[in-house]
Amino acid sequence: MQNIILKMNKIFLKSFFLTIGFAFLYFPILTLIAYSFNDNKRVMVWKGFSFRWYGELFRNEQILEAFMISIKIASLSATFATLLGVMIGYSLVRIPKIPARPFFIFLSSSPLVMPEIILGLSLLLFFISSNHLIGFPSSKGQLTVLISHITFSVAFVAVIIQSRLSSYDKNIEEAAQDLGTLPNKIFWKITAPVILPSIISGWLLAFTLSLDDLVVASFTTGPGANTLPIVVFSKVRLGLSPEVNALSSIIMLFVVIAAAIYYFVNRSNVQK
Amino acid sequence: MINFLKKQNFWFVFTPYFWLVLFFFIPLALIFKISISVSEWGMPPYRDMFSFTEDGLSIDATLSNYLFIFSDSFYLKSYLNSLNLALTSTLICLLIGYPIAFYVAKSKENIRNLLLILLIIPFWTSFLLRVYAWKVILQGSGIINTILIKFGFIDQPLSMLHNHYAVILGVVYTYLPFMILPLYGYLVKFDLNLIDASSDLGAKPFKTFFKVIIPLSLPGIMAGSMLVFIPVVGEFVIPELLGGSDKLYFGKIIWDEFFVNRDWPIASALAMSGIFILVIPIIIFQLLYAKYHFKNE
Repeated sequence: MQNIILKMNKIFLKSFFLTIGFAFLYFPILTLIAYSFNDNKRVMVWKGFSFRWYGELFRNEQILEAFMISIKIASLSATFATLLGVMIGYSLVRIPKIPARPFFIFLSSSPLVMPEIILGLSLLLFFISSNHLIGFPSSKGQLTVLISHITFSVAFVAVIIQSRLSSYDKNIEEAAQDLGTLPNKIFWKITAPVILPSIISGWLLAFTLSLDDLVVASFTTGPGANTLPIVVFSKVRLGLSPEVNALSSIIMLFVVIAAAIYYFVNRSNVQK
Repeated sequence: MINFLKKQNFWFVFTPYFWLVLFFFIPLALIFKISISVSEWGMPPYRDMFSFTEDGLSIDATLSNYLFIFSDSFYLKSYLNSLNLALTSTLICLLIGYPIAFYVAKSKENIRNLLLILLIIPFWTSFLLRVYAWKVILQGSGIINTILIKFGFIDQPLSMLHNHYAVILGVVYTYLPFMILPLYGYLVKFDLNLIDASSDLGAKPFKTFFKVIIPLSLPGIMAGSMLVFIPVVGEFVIPELLGGSDKLYFGKIIWDEFFVNRDWPIASALAMSGIFILVIPIIIFQLLYAKYHFKNE
């Protein structure tokens, strides 16, 4: 009897915490989605259901342009950051002789603990000074935002690659080497496929980091390089914006679709 | 063959090395240099540290910027506000996040994967929009006030926005996944038999929790706390959207010194002091902790 009460108690506690927790996580997002269908310029006063703000959103050239710029910078930044991150992860695990190794470790890990406001400030001052000294970069813009995003994303990719490489059995590579496989082939036929899932998750993380960044981009942006977060921030800084509500719902829809695909692909893999 | 390997290794080390020295280390060295330069009217708004005069090379370095920010209680207060914010919200994230991570990790596998996806979805949604959502909710005419007025609990809308508590709420909300995911990562590897073993040996659930479960998930607690604490200290967006003028935070004053006052040396000195007071102790702490943990394993 006591056992049953204890068990009931446990189940109750569990559902209590999970319900409250998930309600807390989802309540704000669902509120935004609900208000995005409100047919009223004043966001908070309900007037009726409509898709009006979705129409306005797709006619808002400023937001559309910013979206395209953000996607472009995020995909380029993720690609370069993944390349550099794989090099760092590989170097730290597989290359014993790195000149000034502690300094290399410091460089590749401290962007993780650097507040973005400091990173943004230092990069901006660097770009201004180097423009004075050698004329590069000629002006602030998409290139400077891209460089900054690559710089702070590299460390995140490197950590993912490094943990994957150090946890897998090195003997496989050594066996291949003993069997006379060329190092070039070892890398492409063994190492690369093993770390491929980590490369993909590193790329996705770097993509999200760039897409989501406001602070560093605000420092390093220039004409023609207003990313989506910069535009959204300027819209919501002083008030509310019904178009931004509509934008949130669309982003949410994409995220849920992506998550559903991931879940079902993963599940069918597990079942196999 | 060895040559190829050498060449490949050289480029694998050299390329990221070069990139990070150029775009991470030199910019940091530069703000250090500007932080000890003398402010001046002009463009750039500081005096060049090295100048050639008739007497030869003269070096114009000063600690006055640092003395200034440490003598003015305005800056000191904003540091303390940020530390206070980071500490409070890390603790709240841990208190809310731990039970969620624990119960998700303890669920059956098929439910667990679904719950995990549900945890990651908000994490993927734009950070800025999640903060903005609270601005919508806490408004004077927002959903909470509307409900409270409708049911007659209050006559006038409560002002819940633009204060320190709204900032804490926003921070806890946006950073909660950063706490839950590493905790989950450790708790899911945790052998549930240990709990049974502990209770079979006569330990009360309370004791099992503090003597078995907590110590074994300590690395997750540390990782999650770091992921929340560090970025929150420099947080600019959340105080800007949800905070009021009652409290200023570290991120905001760097922003204002640079963009509003255009005082580069002071902004740089603030950034450097942030690195000295915060980032370096954290790096040292992590190194020590890694060593300690490694020894104990």
